[in-house]
Amino acid sequence: MGSRYTRTLRLFWGASIAAEMEYRLNFLLAAITSLGNLVGSLFALSLFYNNGMDLGGWRWEEAIVVMGLAVFMEGFTSTFLRPNVGRIVQHVREGTLDFVLLKPIDTQFWLSLRNLSLWGVPNLLYGVLVVIYGGRCLGLALSDFARGVIPLLIGLVVLYCIWFMLSTMSIWFVKVHNLTGLLRGLLEAGRYPTPAYPAAYQIVFTFVIPVTFLTTVPAAAIVGRNSASIWAALTLAGVLCLLSRAFWRLAMRFYSSASS
Amino acid sequence: MNKRWRKFVTLVAASHAEMSEYRVELVLWILSSIMPFVLMGLWMKASHNAGGSLGPVGFARYFLAVFVIRQLTLVWVIYEFEEDVVKGRLSARLLHPIDPGWRYLASHLGERIARFPFLIGVCAAFFVLYPAAFWLPGPADAGRAFAALVAAFALRFLMQYAFAMVAFWSERANAIEDLWFFMYLFLSGFIAPLDLFPDSVRRVAELTPFPYLVYMPARILIGQQVDLTKGFLVMAVWGTGFWFLYRRLWKTGLKRYSAMGA
Repeated sequence: MGSRYTRTLRLFWGASIAAEMEYRLNFLLAAITSLGNLVGSLFALSLFYNNGMDLGGWRWEEAIVVMGLAVFMEGFTSTFLRPNVGRIVQHVREGTLDFVLLKPIDTQFWLSLRNLSLWGVPNLLYGVLVVIYGGRCLGLALSDFARGVIPLLIGLVVLYCIWFMLSTMSIWFVKVHNLTGLLRGLLEAGRYPTPAYPAAYQIVFTFVIPVTFLTTVPAAAIVGRNSASIWAALTLAGVLCLLSRAFWRLAMRFYSSASS
Repeated sequence: MNKRWRKFVTLVAASHAEMSEYRVELVLWILSSIMPFVLMGLWMKASHNAGGSLGPVGFARYFLAVFVIRQLTLVWVIYEFEEDVVKGRLSARLLHPIDPGWRYLASHLGERIARFPFLIGVCAAFFVLYPAAFWLPGPADAGRAFAALVAAFALRFLMQYAFAMVAFWSERANAIEDLWFFMYLFLSGFIAPLDLFPDSVRRVAELTPFPYLVYMPARILIGQQVDLTKGFLVMAVWGTGFWFLYRRLWKTGLKRYSAMGA
């Protein structure tokens, strides 16, 4: 059973990469744009520290680690989420979801992992480099970076679940893509450590849209700061996983295809 | 001239009516550009402990102004134009007895009028939530801000329309816009007021058109001093350059253009 899924996945991704290779120039442009964005974001961050302010008591090098993780998350989003989960809305609107449902494989699996886009790869790379740079400035050892791996994986799961649940809503509300715009704006907030925000914002970023678990919690684990515990993060990820699966099942009971 | 003006006003009215059909979408669209409010939170908290040039209330007003300016100067003509070229719809528009540019401009203005009431609503809600930041620009400032906003919108439209002409040669003209946009994002004052920038960066930025698209109108709105002459002068220089670029690309591009499926 398991091997069937891994074999399918290899075929999916092989085909995706072959298709992407057609657009090498675009890839180069994306790499340049990502680099420009990274420089700009670091510049924006430096404005706080150059004007004698700080971000919720976090040092410059620590804030850089948060920024690096946010860039990494952005790369993950454009590599895995946008070309898959981001297209659910389109499948629902155009009725092509019917064909996906007929395939002899789990629908959530197909919808979540069918495609792979290389556009996010520069950001994945830049993110890792920035985290390593920030960590080295703080004199962190390899074991310190290792402490961040599990919180980072949890963050990826949380991000996936939020995207998937939001896209599932398109079964009821076809024009949900405006909502993903709202979500993107909120996730941008993850570029800065959560304690840098006023109290009301912190509540929203922790309990309503758990942005803090995407970047601040893994960064805190790497630089050795106190933050929400790993058990809270793990519980949240578990609950979101079950919830998104249940929500998808529920949505399927209401799905009645396009134009019928 | 009078006749062309009447045509243009009719086009604006038609596109306003069209946009009013999609009111819910419009609200969601406004809400999706909440980035200024996120940045507002950051700067308010940071300046609370350390002072800074504006202080928490000043930053709140600045970023509210940025939000409003951004909403009023949104431009997406490159995406519309690119689709029209790729799908061949431009052919029909070329047959109309009016330059296609007017039609795109009209659709932007009509949408702007439909958007305006919701913007007032967002501002009112903001002042209810945070009454300490309440202020209204005086009539003189409002007049100056209006002039600056009209100029900013016109320049942004012209720049993007000039880039849109690249669609005659390439199917992905908007890649240029993406590159241009991130410079706009970081140099226009969208992320922070320019007086917080290091001097060398600010001096370079002031030669580009970007600071006059967001930072200058925002300063006027929150009642700070600005060098209007310099602002309009820089915008005029860039505007002239982009005008000639647009005319040039339009003329050569049109010769190249052979409609889809024709």
